[in-house]
Amino acid sequence: MSTTQTIEDIAQAEQGTSLWKDAWLRLRQNHLAVFGLVVLVLFIVIALLTPWIAPYSYQAQDLELGASPPSAAHWLGTDIFGRDLMTQIMYGGRISLAVGFVATAVALLIGVTWGAIAGYVGGRTDAVMMRLVDILYALPFMIFIVLLTVVFGRNMLLLFLAIGAVEWLTMARIMRGQVQSLRQQEFVEAAMSLGLSPATLIRRHLVPNALGPIIVYTTLTIPNVMLLEAFLSFLGLGIQPPQTSWGLLISYGAETMEEYPWLLIFPGIALTLTLFSLNFLGDGLRDALDVRGAKD
Amino acid sequence: MLRFISLRLLQAIPVILVVITVTFFLVRIAPGGPFDSEKAVTREVKAALEAQYKLNLPLFQQYTAYLGDLAHGDLGPSFKYPGRSVNELIAAGFPVTAELGFYALLVALCIGGLAGIIAALKPNTAQDYVPMSLAMIGICMPSFLLGPLLVLIFGIYLDWLPVSGWGDIPGDKILPSITLGAGYAAYIARLGRAGMLEVLSQDYIRTARAKGLPEWQVVLKHSLRGGLIPVVAFLGPAFAGLLAGSFVVETIFQIPGLGRFYVQAAFNRDYTMILGTTVFLSVLIVLFNLLSDVLAAWMNPRLRAQYGQ
Repeated sequence: MSTTQTIEDIAQAEQGTSLWKDAWLRLRQNHLAVFGLVVLVLFIVIALLTPWIAPYSYQAQDLELGASPPSAAHWLGTDIFGRDLMTQIMYGGRISLAVGFVATAVALLIGVTWGAIAGYVGGRTDAVMMRLVDILYALPFMIFIVLLTVVFGRNMLLLFLAIGAVEWLTMARIMRGQVQSLRQQEFVEAAMSLGLSPATLIRRHLVPNALGPIIVYTTLTIPNVMLLEAFLSFLGLGIQPPQTSWGLLISYGAETMEEYPWLLIFPGIALTLTLFSLNFLGDGLRDALDVRGAKD
Repeated sequence: MLRFISLRLLQAIPVILVVITVTFFLVRIAPGGPFDSEKAVTREVKAALEAQYKLNLPLFQQYTAYLGDLAHGDLGPSFKYPGRSVNELIAAGFPVTAELGFYALLVALCIGGLAGIIAALKPNTAQDYVPMSLAMIGICMPSFLLGPLLVLIFGIYLDWLPVSGWGDIPGDKILPSITLGAGYAAYIARLGRAGMLEVLSQDYIRTARAKGLPEWQVVLKHSLRGGLIPVVAFLGPAFAGLLAGSFVVETIFQIPGLGRFYVQAAFNRDYTMILGTTVFLSVLIVLFNLLSDVLAAWMNPRLRAQYGQ
């Protein structure tokens, strides 16, 4: 069985598979990564469709019912206000995932631009830009983010920006290393001698060729970001009610876990499962795209 | 080695200056003065208070005054606890946090290091998969989830261990230390495994085996030092993480440490406390990073040769 599959793979490879198709074939062999991908896609689809598929409305309370364990009417139970926990987790997941993806996108944008410019221009500009990254690297960012929530108040936009601003540093380093090695290659020299403007060269040739490490690192950044959001929300410094997130649900659950343990356990499973999936997928992508040095 | 240390010390100075400056001005641009919330304060009282806290001076003079005080190790008075200085609050909270961090690091190093070594000795067998799967769980299970779960299982259902306090009842330090250390144990296990695997495939290990050394000597005397370099280099960032983690763990277990003070200061908008603690923790983190870099360099013969003995 496995031999035939390998032969098929080789046959396909000889038909001239692209780098991406090849990587996809390798990724498919990795069961944990596939599991991660499936869970992730499922959660994202649920998050996108939540307003239409949530079993109850987000505000619906049933004070007479109060906190009740999982039942046929409420699969994951209800909280102390009689709100359906599954609905809460679905809406919380929308925010947790949104923070994860948007903040990572911010980090991606800043980091890739910064690293590409530093690596492309080189010389003194590069030295100054990367020195700045080194200094920022040494700053205790967890503490700074708490400070930022004090200064600018606790709102979600700030959370996106603050987390994104922390996570771009590694991205910039990876991108710079990639660009530096790509610059030595003939096709880049050819493009330069054809008179391409630096911006076009970076956009059309350097970034696409550095995509592998960027994708891997992005996948590994999302769980870090989600963890950070949950951490802040748990402390009460992140997402504020009436909005909710998995971190906030866990913090509520921890308060009442003695009587109503399901309020802690189910949001905990949702968060842990997502982090698991992203980490497995990231590890799998690293192997599939054969990226070295993009450790978490 | 001395050159390496002094070089790194020189690099640390701008970082610390940036931290102090950024923190100071961030706190100053925060909306609302620290005394705005107190209702019945007359203008005279407010002016007197502001004079006492040097808030009536131009911003740049406040900054230089703060730097001057800082040079004497004075972090200023607390805005919210009248009559108490930030130094006193840090002196009260930090020993507790340091002890918690120390135990957590001990848990992380012992469990994580051991798991990493065991896994690396027989890669791709059950002896490798079991600890590494546990490590993956450890990485994905945040402390604010692990803590309450441990309390639920060991504190409430089994009723084996106390669930709050620090040093009041015997055994109340166990759960917080494990909660804080578990995630780092997981990271250390992964790093230790990777480092040991690399070292164990080196020629000099084959030589050691070829001359008939028992396996435990190969592992302990020849591989450990090289294999654990990544772990030691990780200790610097881990220390920063432990301090941040103490915010959560001290909140969960109601431990009167610096982490809890910091979060409370964030809620109370106690600006001087925030400023002072941020500066204190940042300097500490920068110094610890330095220490872990120096230690890792000392363990690495190539780097040692590069910088001379």
